[in-house]
Amino acid sequence: MNRTDLVDRASLRDDIPDFAPGDTLKVHVRVVEGNRERVQLFQGHVIRRQGDGIRETFTVRKVSFGVGVERTFPVHSPTISKIELAIHGDVRRAKLYYQRDRIGKKAKIKEKRF
Amino acid sequence: MATKGILGRKLGMTQVWEGDRVIPVTVIEAGPCRVVQLKTPERDGYSAVQLAFGETKETRLSQGELGHLKAAGAPATRTLAELRVESLEGFEIGQIVKADVFEAGDIIDVTGITKGKGFAGGMKRHNFKGQGASHGNHKKHRAPGSVGACATPARVFKGQKMAGHMGATRVTTLNLRVVQGDAERNLILIKGAVPGPNGGLVFLRNAVKKGAKA
Repeated sequence: MNRTDLVDRASLRDDIPDFAPGDTLKVHVRVVEGNRERVQLFQGHVIRRQGDGIRETFTVRKVSFGVGVERTFPVHSPTISKIELAIHGDVRRAKLYYQRDRIGKKAKIKEKRF
Repeated sequence: MATKGILGRKLGMTQVWEGDRVIPVTVIEAGPCRVVQLKTPERDGYSAVQLAFGETKETRLSQGELGHLKAAGAPATRTLAELRVESLEGFEIGQIVKADVFEAGDIIDVTGITKGKGFAGGMKRHNFKGQGASHGNHKKHRAPGSVGACATPARVFKGQKMAGHMGATRVTTLNLRVVQGDAERNLILIKGAVPGPNGGLVFLRNAVKKGAKA
């Protein structure tokens, strides 16, 4: 254990569901416009989860109007109001960068059956 | 001149959320320190507060050091440091200084001994540019180049920047912001980096030049 972990503990969130690369997430992001605040939904596949502790981040990829959009969030970010796990994906890699080269049916991720 | 100060040990760096933004912080294990001597203008020619920090075994100290601490009723401590102050008001021998001397938002200066880099070349030590990687360069990629002219002045000027020992010097970083002070766990969080390795001794005092700037 690092001696700075005690400091980090206060900023860690415990309301984050277990999710892994390949899963489909609905990320509810708080957006501040002037002094108004609203929640925006960003839905897509998790293609990467990296780092540890307070520094951990994940990247969600979606295709919007034919354009690939990737957003990286810190897992413990206070700007995330909620993370919903929509679908467990069945994938064989930790980093799904191959998704960037695929479109249409090829880009589909199988659902995991338990 | 400073009015508050504390000794501590650098634990390392991490990050904390401040609103929606993440800021880099250095975690300092600060204090508790004990005031063991007051230097007065009448006797010493200047005013200062001597702080003792870091418990140690009595056998590690000399009889002289032990006697000095005993006179203040302090246990055996590893480190002593002086805080120059304008006036000694509010300080007394035996007083305990804890991490809550600084609170969130305070601007402070942090002194430490930087990491030693050994004998370093001009590029690392003085940010020299080095020389070309190609165009016929032969074994001179990181060399400093010319150090002066020829027959006039026929010598190298004093202070010419060259390779040499780098680091392991006492450095003060000015005007850092305290993010959080925690007397219960003896922790102080400071925005940004401070000199020295993790585990290194650091001295914190309230900023002395901030007034001139503001």
